[in-house]
Amino acid sequence: MAIPAIAGLAFLVLPLAGLLIRAPWTTLPERLTEPGILAALRLSLLTATLATIVCLILGVPLAWLLARTTFPGRRFVRALVTVPLVLPPVVGGVALLLVFGRRGLVGEWLDTTFGFTLPFTTTGVVVAEAFVAMPFLVISVEGALRGADSRFEEAAATLGASRWTAFRRVTLPLIAPGVAAGAVLCWARALGEFGATITFAGNFPGRTQTMPLAVYLALEQDLDAAIVLSLVLLVVSVVILATMRDKWVGVP
Amino acid sequence: MSLDAHLVVKRDGFTLDATLTAGPGEVVALLGPNGAGKSTALRALAGLIGLDDGHITLDGRRIERDAPEHRHIGVVFQDYLLFPHLSALDNVAFGPRCRGVSRTESRVRATELLTRVGLSDHVRKKPRELSGGQAQRVALARALATDPKLLLLDEPLAALDARTRLDTRAHLRGHLGTHHGPTVLVTHDPLDAMMLADRLVILEDGRVVQTGDAATITSQPRTDYVARLVGLNLYRGHATEGTVRVADDFTLTVAGAFTGDAFVAFPPSAVALYNVRPEGSPRNTWPATVTAVSRQGDALRIELTGPIQVAADITSAAAVQLGLEPGREVWASLKATEATAYPA
Repeated sequence: MAIPAIAGLAFLVLPLAGLLIRAPWTTLPERLTEPGILAALRLSLLTATLATIVCLILGVPLAWLLARTTFPGRRFVRALVTVPLVLPPVVGGVALLLVFGRRGLVGEWLDTTFGFTLPFTTTGVVVAEAFVAMPFLVISVEGALRGADSRFEEAAATLGASRWTAFRRVTLPLIAPGVAAGAVLCWARALGEFGATITFAGNFPGRTQTMPLAVYLALEQDLDAAIVLSLVLLVVSVVILATMRDKWVGVP
Repeated sequence: MSLDAHLVVKRDGFTLDATLTAGPGEVVALLGPNGAGKSTALRALAGLIGLDDGHITLDGRRIERDAPEHRHIGVVFQDYLLFPHLSALDNVAFGPRCRGVSRTESRVRATELLTRVGLSDHVRKKPRELSGGQAQRVALARALATDPKLLLLDEPLAALDARTRLDTRAHLRGHLGTHHGPTVLVTHDPLDAMMLADRLVILEDGRVVQTGDAATITSQPRTDYVARLVGLNLYRGHATEGTVRVADDFTLTVAGAFTGDAFVAFPPSAVALYNVRPEGSPRNTWPATVTAVSRQGDALRIELTGPIQVAADITSAAAVQLGLEPGREVWASLKATEATAYPA
């Protein structure tokens, strides 16, 4: 058992170590302040955060619906929600194009009615990231809701609280750790999103070129730049992981 | 303010069908064994489950279709369900806040109530920092804070240890006295029911089998469950002027002369046991076989079989003298004056 276990560990750790070993440490400060990198980083943080907010606004009520109510086809809806989790992101991007593209089902209507197009815009990046990351939030919040005692909501109701008040003042504080964990996972997934973004939003520096896209592009032109960008993403991920474990999830 | 309810709830194989009334300031205890439908009745009153039939009239208004938040019913849950993230003060202030009272005003009211239940030093504490008895008081204060038209208590003392239970029971009794609306209390503990309630409603298998004040229930039980609860031997039979036929070939001579279907009840301590058939006075004597011996307070509880199943309480000394053990054959006797008969 020990040998495959060590091999497994090495398999996970070696590539990360390789990244650290090959990093151009001496020129790192200049490279980090290159305008291209900063723009990509800024765009990545912005879009991932916006996507997380979208997921929170839409995903928490959806999770509540799945956890607290029964309606015909609930299991089917639940399965649908998890589809983006297993769907290749590129396919997700194609699907988004078909719906929100200029000639898409909803996109055409949006274009003719509001003169508003999603694909190949920063908003498009947010949409692509939210589509891929939402299941992480919904599943996490639904789990937290199932774990929380629904009788607290009943107690709140007998005290005169509407469903919304009971949810906001009782349930939400009780499941806050689950929501936070879900939001962090969702944010991390959105930050690393590549396939759906490049398919749906393209790769325009400053507008839709997020960090992962920048890494991919840099890999073909300037290996060191790709390594630096990767390092930044690695650091951000590790920081997220550490914060999440200690602060929000309470894992010992 | 009074309550008049006919509760019909059908849940996979179980049917609750009970009428329940309570006047202003009256405390009614719903007493019954586990699974009798007590909690179902309480949840139906609170609106947490719907009625399949019947009605709930509170303060002259039909409320059975109202959502729980519009019923103005205060509930003290069995495990209190204090909101763990809120302080005792904010738990109590929660109800008034939901009913549109300002934050400051709600807190003033909550502080008053917590002071009234003797917890003025604990307002800032979170529920996990409170003892069982304190949590129970906060739960009571929280339910009373909305000035409910009806107060419901679900096993209010079940979660407490014996010592706290005694204090809390006395405390609760005082507070129930100050509530102007009706109170319905659910419990499986006859002592709680008798100490706290003005009237008892006995629920068995989803139906009301007996109602009355504590004195009537304890002296004239009408089902085996109630008889066991109050510690009486109970038989059903046909009375003819001072004797009641309780088994095919067995009659008991009793106090109370009437004719018709009757119950006979007597305490286990009224039964005396002998090795040989006793001479003289007691008219009720019969041969019996010991089936079980157990301790019951200071006495020994002897279970006997024979023409009727009966429980007898005798002193340990007498038990030793008689050499009582399962299988032993004895003579049982019962004074006619100790056996009460009443119409069935």
